[in-house]
Amino acid sequence: MLDATQDGYTTADGRKIGGVVMEMKNITLRFGGVVAIKDISFDIREGEIRAIIGPNGAGKSSMLNVISGFYVPQEGEVLYKGKPRPQMKPYQVARQGIARTFQNIALFEGMTVLDNVMTGRLNKMKTNMFQQGLWKGAAEREEVENREVVEKVIDFLEIQNIRKTPVARLPYGLKKRVELARALAAEPSLLLLDEPMAGMNVEEKEDMSRFILDVNDEFGTTIALIEHDMGVVMDLSDRVVVMDYGKKIGDGTPDEVRSNQDVIDAYLGVAHD
Amino acid sequence: MFYREAGDFKTSYVDDNQTFPIKFDRWRYYAVLFVAFCVVPFFINDYWANAIFLPFLIYAIAAIGLNILVGYCGQVSLGTGGFMAVGAYATYKLMTSFPDVNLFFHIIIAGGITAIVGVLFGLPSLRIKGFYLAVATLAAQFFLVWLFNRVPWFYNYSASGQINAPERTLFGHAISGPASEPWAVYLFCLVFTVGSAILARNLTRGTQGRKWMAIRDMDIAAEIIGVNPLVSKLTAFAVSSFFVGIAGALFFAVYLGAVEVGEVYGINKSFLVLFMIIIGGLGSIFGSFAGAAFLVLLPVLLKNLLVGTLGWPTDLAAHLELMIVGLLIIVFLIAEPHGLAQLWRVTKEKLRLWPFPH
Ligand SMILES: Nc1ncnc2c1ncn2[C@@H]1O[C@H](COP(=O)(O)OP(=O)(O)OP(=O)(O)O)[C@@H](O)[C@H]1O
Ligand SMILES: [Mg+2]
Repeated sequence: MLDATQDGYTTADGRKIGGVVMEMKNITLRFGGVVAIKDISFDIREGEIRAIIGPNGAGKSSMLNVISGFYVPQEGEVLYKGKPRPQMKPYQVARQGIARTFQNIALFEGMTVLDNVMTGRLNKMKTNMFQQGLWKGAAEREEVENREVVEKVIDFLEIQNIRKTPVARLPYGLKKRVELARALAAEPSLLLLDEPMAGMNVEEKEDMSRFILDVNDEFGTTIALIEHDMGVVMDLSDRVVVMDYGKKIGDGTPDEVRSNQDVIDAYLGVAHD
Repeated sequence: MFYREAGDFKTSYVDDNQTFPIKFDRWRYYAVLFVAFCVVPFFINDYWANAIFLPFLIYAIAAIGLNILVGYCGQVSLGTGGFMAVGAYATYKLMTSFPDVNLFFHIIIAGGITAIVGVLFGLPSLRIKGFYLAVATLAAQFFLVWLFNRVPWFYNYSASGQINAPERTLFGHAISGPASEPWAVYLFCLVFTVGSAILARNLTRGTQGRKWMAIRDMDIAAEIIGVNPLVSKLTAFAVSSFFVGIAGALFFAVYLGAVEVGEVYGINKSFLVLFMIIIGGLGSIFGSFAGAAFLVLLPVLLKNLLVGTLGWPTDLAAHLELMIVGLLIIVFLIAEPHGLAQLWRVTKEKLRLWPFPH
């Protein structure tokens, strides 16, 4: 059992997990008659890899969309770094240091890999339009500085050789990696990944798992991820939230969750009352 | 064999960011600039200036402007003619109200005024997209033409309803009015065209350009990386209209000299500039030039060939021109949405590898 003090805990492999970064309090989200999220509370702690799992349609993506500001919950509160977060547009959430990837890849198909990853730096760019129009001076300097960060991310994710390739020409697995690169380029304090390994083969999944662990390890990035592959989830995550039909049915370490009767029922498809 | 990238390694990101990363391209660019500034002015006469060079230079600016909005930011506009008219009438009012200020500044201010008007008419883009936005800009087109026709203040209550550019000079040479000198007018326009191209290139190669393209490619994803869609779309309308306004101003002040708004800045103008960027290439500064050159040269060539050499009647040649343009639009839209610029790029890519394609 984890000791859930405000100061955090130490994981099985000895990593120190800090205080609460993001806290979801009694979130309810409805689409007309459909209740996508029903009174769910959970938190994400600094430095941890937090998984959200559940059967199809459980409301996992909806939860990420609430965090990143696409959906506004009818009830409940979002606390970020201890403060209640007012209602925000997605671009404002992004500016708070929250980056994400999508279940269905959302890259800019008309741009090269390099330009796509560079867009991840947009929030760090400070020059105005007049400086950019002149280019020489501030704008060029800024471009080069940010390019250096981006090149590190590109090296890190091993996509150097496709740098100048238009994204539209890439295979699915690589696109997922480029999307991760764009999110990482923003140097986020919280990274949200919606099914980063969906549709990948075993080898690609292994690569992606390694990248996720490395990101968490090297940059201390807090990560919340949705994943269907239970093996992957058990390997990667420190704590798991389990959702089913919009409700939270489990929350704890992978081992705790695995032995939870409600979770077993949900995954084995026991009839709901 | 001479067109080579090999041995031309980039050792810094500054080098890699150049507009013309390959040496050969860079030299060709300097050569074109040299010819344009130092050779053409000595040979240009009235015919060449009025039939080819001035319309080409001015339409290139308009095409660059529209391309920023349509090609880079993915917003549609059928209001180009109307915005050109704003630039023209703003220049006219400025020329007649402040005759002591140089025309150069009037034209830039006119661009600024058009930018503001462009932002106003761009406001609907915050709510609507695609077809509906096209209709909204079409409404802007008709409204602006109607406005300049109906409000006599804009044409200084002249009896004809036309506006006429008074004579203005730059460094002692007439650049507007009946006595203007073709080479001076040419150089004047050239400065604006080159300036616009460099400015547009700088804006599209970096942060601002990526914001626009992000909105174009996927506005939802643009938002999650922190792009404010409202601000980005409106800056695209502003920058685009700035260039279009300058083009409209030059078209009136130094090219035509006298303008009746419905005739010169009607819906046809909007379509002409739109066709230029479709044929030349959406999302490419070079394509804006290619498209402008193509649609300026086509009628001149057809006229010389069909009417001059083969003795066809003029109207038949004009109809043939319409058919060719129509056909090309369809072909480019279906087969090569990135236009002449992309054909050029593909050719260069092949040349780079030639004669060893693997
Ligand atoms: N924009 C929307 N409008 C209407 N209903 C929605 C919307 N987004 C989600 N839903 C509904 O909310 C419920 C939860 O959907 P969600 O996409 O969050 O599930 P999920 O757990 O991510 O599923 P999957 O594993 O298939 O990705 C579903 O019933 C879905 O139909
Ligand atoms: Mg989902």
